[in-house]
Amino acid sequence: MNKKLNVSELKVIASQVRRDIVRMVHNAQSGHPGGSLGCTDFFVTLFFNIMNRNKSFSMNGIGEDIFFLSNGHISPVFYSVLARSGYFKLDELNSFRKINSRLQGHPATHEGLPGIRIASGSLGQGLSVAIGAASSKKLNNDSNIVYALMGDGELQEGQVWEGFMYGANNNIDNLIVSIDYNGQQIDGPVNEINSLKNLKAKFKSFGWSVVESNGNNIKNLIEVLNHSKSLLKNGLPVVNIMKTVMGKGVDFMENSHKWHGISPNDEELSKALNQLKETLGDY
Amino acid sequence: MKRKEYTYTEKKDTRSGFGDGLLEIGRKNKNVVALCADLTGSLKMNAFKNEFPERFFQVGVAEANMIGIAAGLTIGGKIPFTGTFANFSTGRVYDQIRQSIAYSGKNVKICASHAGISLGEDGATHQILEDIGMMKMLPGMTVINPCDYNQTKTATIALSNHTGPAYLRFGRPKWPIFTDKNIEFIIGKAIKFIEGKDVSIFATGHMLWQALEAEKELFDLGISSEIINIHTIKPLDTKSILKSVSKTKCVVTCEEHNVIGGLGESIASILSEKLPCPIKLVGVKDSFGESGRPLELLDKYKLTPDSIKKAAISVIEKK
Repeated sequence: MNKKLNVSELKVIASQVRRDIVRMVHNAQSGHPGGSLGCTDFFVTLFFNIMNRNKSFSMNGIGEDIFFLSNGHISPVFYSVLARSGYFKLDELNSFRKINSRLQGHPATHEGLPGIRIASGSLGQGLSVAIGAASSKKLNNDSNIVYALMGDGELQEGQVWEGFMYGANNNIDNLIVSIDYNGQQIDGPVNEINSLKNLKAKFKSFGWSVVESNGNNIKNLIEVLNHSKSLLKNGLPVVNIMKTVMGKGVDFMENSHKWHGISPNDEELSKALNQLKETLGDY
Repeated sequence: MKRKEYTYTEKKDTRSGFGDGLLEIGRKNKNVVALCADLTGSLKMNAFKNEFPERFFQVGVAEANMIGIAAGLTIGGKIPFTGTFANFSTGRVYDQIRQSIAYSGKNVKICASHAGISLGEDGATHQILEDIGMMKMLPGMTVINPCDYNQTKTATIALSNHTGPAYLRFGRPKWPIFTDKNIEFIIGKAIKFIEGKDVSIFATGHMLWQALEAEKELFDLGISSEIINIHTIKPLDTKSILKSVSKTKCVVTCEEHNVIGGLGESIASILSEKLPCPIKLVGVKDSFGESGRPLELLDKYKLTPDSIKKAAISVIEKK
């Protein structure tokens, strides 16, 4: 099992992961930096503190916690954290979005990249998959937890609500879903495109245990995710409405939907890297 | 060699073959799980549900969620069989199948009843005639359309030992049982029902019985037809097809599906490259279905022994 790191150790990793994200997207001249930067603290906390992970990757993930990324476009943060967790060599981050790569634009199992258990990119499917994997764990008497991350704009997909309805009705009490609640989507603010209105009330009415967190505060994330684990004892799945800042860590990318899916140019890259400390060595 | 004539003593729906096969593999393999979207009775899944309630997932009228849950269940080693009508098993959830099952290479068996036009009175909203096309286009997807109760049961059993995404298509109406229940079902291997020399007739699903009926009429006219059952549309048994056609030099294909995207198109595509010859596709001609009794519909849409007979005579004349 992996060692649990403390807040200051997690911050050290988060800074490096943010550098990885900006460099990967710049290198590929495509990709999604905004959501990746916003969810960096969550990924780092989940992989290096919250989850119990086996040392080597197996698709079935028996006897360990497993994670599904539903909003697959934030693949840069996922790939960086997987590499920094030791699932594959850091050097491979160079191949992001390049031909003959295992690091596809959106995560895929097709090329056999360790750490990925389902393809995602077409939105709205990850919750259902996570429910299936959680059900599989129950049948296997495996008491570990399934984690999933979804975008807030993604909640506009209908399948998501089929999943939320099913999850509580069927007592999927080994599942913790986090929502990247950054309020932005490709075309603009979520509230203007197709508002989620009172999201907390929606989830409560579907029968889920609901928690709220600051997704850019590692200490708070540890507390809320540990509390979420204890809430599972109530026999219901947990959803974590996690407020994040899109583009967090790079001032000119913060809070703007413009950085959802574009890459920085050379000048923007160096400006971004000046704000992100190289803590563990660039890939 | 004496020509075999196929007869039947009993009619049964192919979906019952699925239900009975599912129960049998459920007993043999504890990793087999089943999911249904509010059509347990129609899919004949009640016996499995009653015997293995902990391995049965009722997802309600939420097919997209069902496909995703099935994909997730494979993670941990389960072998999920999903059940709903063919229309809701394919067209409604194409993107979910594409990304979460096919592209992700998940071992899910998508089992679909009420395929084709012969479901009858419910009409075109339920009579999907495009499902084979959609499923065969997905890389890595196995596509199977068995011909009677026995073959549907053995196909279901065979799928539990197969690894990878698969689509199993069957139907609603009571249909002749004319195959031997002891024939082993080998995925991807065509079955020669009648040896002949003048024309190759390739048939899938319910249409195999129609082809066998047509063969009797052709025989009376002095025409020797080779009847081959293509139960697996993908991967297609190209070798058996080419072997038969190199002898007969003309072809008729039969399916309860749109001729666009179906079995006939797959066979025509291979023959046009490797062995061009006269060919006729018996199937639905790019149209939707409608309400009516199953046999009336098969008649109106020309999915009959008579259509197959006429097609055979026509391709023989063109040789």
